[in-house]
Amino acid sequence: MSTIDSKIPEGPLAEKWTNYKAHQKLVNPANKRRLDIIVVGTGLAGASAAASLGEMGFKVINFCIQDSPRRAHSIAAQGGINAAKNYQNDGDSVYRLFYDTIKGGDYRAREANVYRLAEVSNSIIDQCVAQGVPFARDYGGTLDNRSFGGAQVSRTFYAKGQTGQQLLLGAYSALSRQVNKGTVELHTRCEMMDLVIIDGRARGIIVRNLVTGKLERYAAHAVVIATGGYGNTYFLSTNAMSCNGSAAVECWKRGAWFANPCYVQIHPTCIPVHGSFQSKLTLMSESLRNDGRIWVPKKLEDAKALQEGKKKANDIPDEDRDFYLERRYPAFGNLVPRDVASRAAKERCDKGYGVNSTGLAVFLDFKYAIQRLGEDVVRARYGNLFQMYEEITDGNPYKTPMMIYPAIHYTMGGIWVDYELMTSIRGLFAIGECNFSDHGANRLGASALMQGLADGYFVLPYTIQNYLADQITVPRFSTDLPEFAEAEKNVQAKIDKLMSIQGDESVDSIHKRLGHIMWEFVGMGRTKAGLEEGLKKIKDIRKEFWSKVYIPGEKTGMNTELEKALRVADFIDMGELIAYDALQREESCGGHFREEHQTEEGEAKRDDANFSYVACWKYNGEGNTPELIKEDLNYQFVKVQTRNYKS
Amino acid sequence: MEKTINFTLKVWRQKDAHSAGRFESYKMEGITGDTSFLEMLDILNEKLVKEHKEPVVFDHDCREGICGMCSLYINGHPHGPEGGCTTCQLFMRKFEDGSTITVEPWRSAGFPVIKDLMVDRSAYDKIMQAGGYVSVNTGAAQDANAILIPKKDADAAMDAATCIGCGACVAACKNGSAMLFVSAKVSQLALLPQGRVEAARRAKAMVAKMQELGFGNCTNTGACAAECPKSISLSNIARLNREFIKAKLKD
Amino acid sequence: MWLSSSTVGRKVVMSVSGLFLILFLTFHMSMNLVAIFSEEGYNAVCEFLGANWYALVGTLVLAAGFFVHIIYAFWLTMQNRRARGEQRYEVVDKPKSVEWASQNMLVLGIIVIGVAFFHLYHFWYNMQFQEIIGNHTVDLEQCALGAGMAVDGLSVHNGYDFIVAMFSNPVVVVLYLIWFVAIWFHLTHGFWSAIHTLGWNNDIWFNRWKTIAKVYATILCLGFAFVAIWFGFIY
Repeated sequence: MSTIDSKIPEGPLAEKWTNYKAHQKLVNPANKRRLDIIVVGTGLAGASAAASLGEMGFKVINFCIQDSPRRAHSIAAQGGINAAKNYQNDGDSVYRLFYDTIKGGDYRAREANVYRLAEVSNSIIDQCVAQGVPFARDYGGTLDNRSFGGAQVSRTFYAKGQTGQQLLLGAYSALSRQVNKGTVELHTRCEMMDLVIIDGRARGIIVRNLVTGKLERYAAHAVVIATGGYGNTYFLSTNAMSCNGSAAVECWKRGAWFANPCYVQIHPTCIPVHGSFQSKLTLMSESLRNDGRIWVPKKLEDAKALQEGKKKANDIPDEDRDFYLERRYPAFGNLVPRDVASRAAKERCDKGYGVNSTGLAVFLDFKYAIQRLGEDVVRARYGNLFQMYEEITDGNPYKTPMMIYPAIHYTMGGIWVDYELMTSIRGLFAIGECNFSDHGANRLGASALMQGLADGYFVLPYTIQNYLADQITVPRFSTDLPEFAEAEKNVQAKIDKLMSIQGDESVDSIHKRLGHIMWEFVGMGRTKAGLEEGLKKIKDIRKEFWSKVYIPGEKTGMNTELEKALRVADFIDMGELIAYDALQREESCGGHFREEHQTEEGEAKRDDANFSYVACWKYNGEGNTPELIKEDLNYQFVKVQTRNYKS
Repeated sequence: MEKTINFTLKVWRQKDAHSAGRFESYKMEGITGDTSFLEMLDILNEKLVKEHKEPVVFDHDCREGICGMCSLYINGHPHGPEGGCTTCQLFMRKFEDGSTITVEPWRSAGFPVIKDLMVDRSAYDKIMQAGGYVSVNTGAAQDANAILIPKKDADAAMDAATCIGCGACVAACKNGSAMLFVSAKVSQLALLPQGRVEAARRAKAMVAKMQELGFGNCTNTGACAAECPKSISLSNIARLNREFIKAKLKD
Repeated sequence: MWLSSSTVGRKVVMSVSGLFLILFLTFHMSMNLVAIFSEEGYNAVCEFLGANWYALVGTLVLAAGFFVHIIYAFWLTMQNRRARGEQRYEVVDKPKSVEWASQNMLVLGIIVIGVAFFHLYHFWYNMQFQEIIGNHTVDLEQCALGAGMAVDGLSVHNGYDFIVAMFSNPVVVVLYLIWFVAIWFHLTHGFWSAIHTLGWNNDIWFNRWKTIAKVYATILCLGFAFVAIWFGFIY
């Protein structure tokens, strides 16, 4: 079907990565000093890549949008990081982690990439421990594990409910060490605005200094983007406020393919939406599903009473509670993968069983865990999460069940990359959430941290050398080249245009409307008609944005509204792309659920015969429908099956 | 419907690092209790933009209390009077109807104001760069379980590592000292065998950098720990002193 | 030299000199208590601490301790004020757990040192100093902040009569009592803070040291105050 070369090495699955490393081209130390690499982003992937490349001797130029690399949103990951260590002697192995990830991704990921991910997972844990990451330990001094959704083994390493924080601080410290050594040049409060391509290769970027408002040019031999996902297209998500898809969208517009944009993960355990001024949704760690039981009332009249505030959760006796995940999926129960759990919650709420005033919430109950384990054990495991829940909602989870609802969380889709993590533009690499590579149509819990660090510490530092090996004779580039001037001019023109509109709508109000459209038409349950309508509405939003937005202040100096406007302009393009992709994928898989394609029991129905491919979207110019290119997913080692979490 | 409150917001406005600043007052009406403090500022900004005025600039990002980006000195306390939480996790239900809420930026020579309520905390990065790490290259690690670490030590290291680098300790300190921040990192790594090897070097380098950047001397008032949103313990400062003195005596 | 060039070093100097001064106060207080029990005993101590070489060396060391402690206090405070920045907060609301004394150590120190000058004038100037310059007796005049009665030809070793003369002036007694309160506040923070700065603290000992500091400062100041009240009002 496709002629795309994703550069998967030959040989048996388990030997591909070893073979690749044995035969790839390397750059000798003297030459590394002469090669510059731009890394955009300082999350798990960006910081670990910048640090590792710096250690190897490359000259790295690293950018972050916040005031410090330590603020990247990887820091908010709570639950943990997977690795196939099998420290618990419960039968785990590299193959099993690989298999669980492929299956969890609903057979829409590349086998070779995922196997490599599982293979390097163990080295990540070793590396992090060596850096001083204080993982939880048992009394004997060995590392402790917990279990997570989509797996039947305990392979998740954790540091309280702050694993992402600790891993990021580990990578940040490694990065800081390189900054001190002078191998990494760090630029904070900078946002990437455009990619510069010279003779078909990525050679630099244009950034906007958020403090001075000035555009700056940076040149290098290769560009790595590690700018995270595009979840904020939906306005409300668990992403941080500055998370955006602009770097990826700009690269897409410069010719990098965007793969599987419709695969958006909706996390089942978030605090429900409460007010119209809410700025973000807060995730409650998936680890809560280890001990919490999810339920709604069995009787519709109980649900009504809960919605009207006439009854409280504790008024409903056990026999009238519907533990719907345990009922539908006896084998995995409350630990089914995220997409399955989210859809099941939506199904109950759509039927009218929601438990809060908006009818968009289900209970996550710790009563049973407290009975079984005692309050102290529950407090030790989840104390900080309970405290956070109470601060936000004013409800005490020790006494009454938590209320949760699914929310946009992670984007499996992203910039298309080959086995070497290089995009369709030579010399441009994408790592971490920013690329599409390893999670297929759905990501398992505790796998994002694994992928980000795998890409940054153990994959990219190798594969990028294969590209750079023949670049050693290329001298450093001047930023005075016409390609830089052209790119900067484009960005400046965009800024000028935005500032000249002087309409009467705030950036946020337009973004919120975009978010509502996305959630309603391109959200958890999608239909052909809905997507078509959504697309129309997104086009209207674009028109409105470019004619009515109002941005106060000036072009120079700090202007937070201008920053937001530049991002929202790209979110609109991104939203459209998600909808296009969702429309063409006439099947249900993972995070993408098309209501036309479901089994009688309401489970997702894949169409492997027609849709076992990666949908790559190529930019076709402003206002034109992007072009679809398909990369065939040729499963050679795993038998593709219908996902079964029932038995 | 939750009850709403009205109040006056007194906010520090400053055009840029070189301009003089001043307070401006805004009347806020009908704010619901489940609005977070930052969402309340979003509402104010939305209003200001509607009036074609420049919005109030403040640092914020994750809005779930972990990134350490949000700051604000609210009614005499960094991260507000509530304690134990960051500004983004502070909810308006904690404020009185009809009150005046004063919002100021962190004030310390080490953290110059960039604009309005936003300050430059890059000094913290510089201190980290001076020695806040274990010198280990990617790929050089042994098996994770090869080093056994007593649970007690791992837990203590984790408590110190909880620091989010927000700068509240400096903002709260009458001496503008960054000892709590530095001591948390030094403690985390000094408690673990991996970090023990270069503990002396780290303590000296980080303290020297802190001093060079103009932070003050610690006089153990304890305001830092009392205002820390992550409740980092003052004992870390004792540990840092111990590490530092030991290192100097060995030299 | 790290004791002057590094922030922790400077604090170490403060701590060590502070602990040394606490030790001195302990001796001083014990010596004072002797006066209540025995006039001869007290005067023997005074003679022992006259213009002998060891007492003079001790006095110089003590003066050096004070000097270092005070110089460093001003130095540290100056640096800290600079670190605080030029712009001050509009609203300040101190957290409850922060001791008042800890934020006012310099002010307390200045009060302590200020009254200490009177104290030196009352006793040291009339006793050891006079002996050094070769006088064996002094004449006390009655005055507002000095002796409560005029005494002529008082032996410089007769500390007991000095106490009686000084504390017969109620103004002096009240001044001393205020002084002891300031010392109490200064020590409640200074003691545990010194230990903390030297690194001998952790989560368990944190409250213990604070309690020890309070108890110790209380005993010390009660001891001093008792002597002042005894000779001022009871004797």
